[in-house]
Amino acid sequence: MWRYLLPIALFAILAGFFARGLNLNPGYVPSPLIGKPAPRFELPALKDPAESIGSDVLGKETALFNVWATWCVGCRQEHAFLNEIAKSSGVPIYGLNWKDNRASALSWLATLGDPYVASAFDEIGEVAIDWGVYGAPETFLVGRNGTVLFKHIAPLTPEVWQREFIPRIQADCGAYPCP
Amino acid sequence: MSIGRLLRGLRQLTLATLASWSCVGWAIGPEPGFENPALESEYQALIREVRCLVCQNQTIADSTAPLAADLRREIRDLMADGASRAEVVRFLVDRYGDFVLYRPPLKPSTWALWGAPIFLCAVGLLVFVRVVRSRLQQSMDDELPSQ
Repeated sequence: MWRYLLPIALFAILAGFFARGLNLNPGYVPSPLIGKPAPRFELPALKDPAESIGSDVLGKETALFNVWATWCVGCRQEHAFLNEIAKSSGVPIYGLNWKDNRASALSWLATLGDPYVASAFDEIGEVAIDWGVYGAPETFLVGRNGTVLFKHIAPLTPEVWQREFIPRIQADCGAYPCP
Repeated sequence: MSIGRLLRGLRQLTLATLASWSCVGWAIGPEPGFENPALESEYQALIREVRCLVCQNQTIADSTAPLAADLRREIRDLMADGASRAEVVRFLVDRYGDFVLYRPPLKPSTWALWGAPIFLCAVGLLVFVRVVRSRLQQSMDDELPSQ
């Protein structure tokens, strides 16, 4: 009996692991930053290099931190939805313009609309590494106390917003849209 | 005449081959290294164990992705400031998680990962020994000459 059951049981366990592994998305790497304070940074602002924008803008209210670039196709896909959120959600969006060209980034915002309260200009990708960024677009939800609540990798869609963001925003600022 | 032609052909072929290979050298060529050979070899060993998260089956030493170049630069800067290997690994894991390492650390969540090969080999060996023993026993019982 044993000699038949044992191999079958072992096979079933292994097959279970493999089935799980095959159904995971390898492009999604969970962020170790969730539940930790948002990384500190200080960068020149995209619109005015003389001005600086830093992590002190986060952690005052529930906010989004969106990593974008003009070379990123997914960023273009999500841009219209970001414009919509900026108007309707009551959650300010801060941008991190990642390894981009300032002139292209400014003309992108001029033509497609600017959902950002402000964007930081990370020309060499130094701050992006502190945030564990590896593929734009990435969107972080930062709570009122400055902790990273959630990270979404890939273009933001109404479904993801509904499922992942709205409940967390409600929990953090008490209502949706945020007052 | 024909030998001269053959030689010229060979020379052209050699040049073409060399030229096509030289781009491999350029891939990660222009980045500055460390003057100190010990530091340089430590750096080279380290970047061969860090996964590029953009092209996940490559190390950041192999990858030409911009993120890989940024990570190499960060690691060089950290090491130039005197960071130890453990400190650099900590820096990367704090930001990208254990997945960034090609050799994941041994901890409760990875016991199955590290233990499974040893366990499966042990089971295989056990089965092998038992099968061989029972066959030996059988062949002795049958009084067949062993070969």
